[in-house]
Amino acid sequence: MPGLSGRMSTIVKAKISKLLDRAEDPSETLEYSYQKQIELLQNVKKGIADVVTSKKRLQLQEEQLKGQVVKLDTQARQALAAGQEDLARTALERKNVAQTELQSLDSQIAELEQQQEQMTASEQKLRTKIEQFRSKKEVIKAQYSAAEAQVRISEAATGVGEEMADVGLAMQRALDKTENMRARADAVQELEAAGTFTDLTALGPGEDDIDRQLKQLSSSTEVDAELEKMKAELGSGAPASAGELGSGSAQASRPEADA
Amino acid sequence: MIVRIATEGQYELLESDEDVLGELDNQAVAGCDAGDEEMFHAAFARLLDYVRTNGRPMPEDQLEASDLILPPPDTSLEEAKAEFTGEGLIPG
Repeated sequence: MPGLSGRMSTIVKAKISKLLDRAEDPSETLEYSYQKQIELLQNVKKGIADVVTSKKRLQLQEEQLKGQVVKLDTQARQALAAGQEDLARTALERKNVAQTELQSLDSQIAELEQQQEQMTASEQKLRTKIEQFRSKKEVIKAQYSAAEAQVRISEAATGVGEEMADVGLAMQRALDKTENMRARADAVQELEAAGTFTDLTALGPGEDDIDRQLKQLSSSTEVDAELEKMKAELGSGAPASAGELGSGSAQASRPEADA
Repeated sequence: MIVRIATEGQYELLESDEDVLGELDNQAVAGCDAGDEEMFHAAFARLLDYVRTNGRPMPEDQLEASDLILPPPDTSLEEAKAEFTGEGLIPG
């Protein structure tokens, strides 16, 4: 079949025969396959550990970003209270960027969680198949004549070879995704360190100019809205505090009135 | 016939399913050749769906080679175009 499935089948078969050709004597194929299976199982374990490490790293970054958001919010309030609206706006813009980044981190962490689950399931499946292969191997060695054993060996080896190819493929894809996330997380951290936090939006995946402009537009609208809200909060607090200051004498005289 | 969805698992289908699979497969390839992302994903999803709904999942303790292997469900158009060449199917 010349379609996608045909091409995929051909590639997997080529990989399997390449794998099995390394053992020249057919009876060696069994031991060789088994040894390869055990190796792959170890690799899958390492792969899972790798995914967990990446996840922990992103979680740490998430904590840091949450701290940033709180800090920038506080700074914006302080700036506004001191009458420095421009400074407050800058702080809010950065807070906005940090929040967007937080959302993306959130979904990346969720994806890694899913990868971890998938790989753990793959490991379990491979373990079952290896166990199956191991018992089949012993039966073949004990019960069959050389000629028949050869046929059965090649059947079992092909079956397990395909499973190995598949687990290998699943793991490769999971690790590639993890690698991409890690690269992006590193880039984000570098930008943070360089203080060019506002450029973070430029890292968005596959955005074109229109996306970016729309995002800027909505983010500046959000910043405006937040600034107004903050002003209103400070504003409603301001007369009160001004009143407190202004009516200092009145307050001071209150105890007298009470007395 | 045994069909594997790569990275997912094996399913047992009827021999008579082969024609339908071939047809769905051709549609996915057509989308791929046309470079039409939407068409490719829709056709590929129909193909996977057919296998999952009409096939019986193979027990995990069976060791059998597949007659047909479908690319992983999260295959991108770019990957499909590249025909899954290059390394990565079996590490080492």
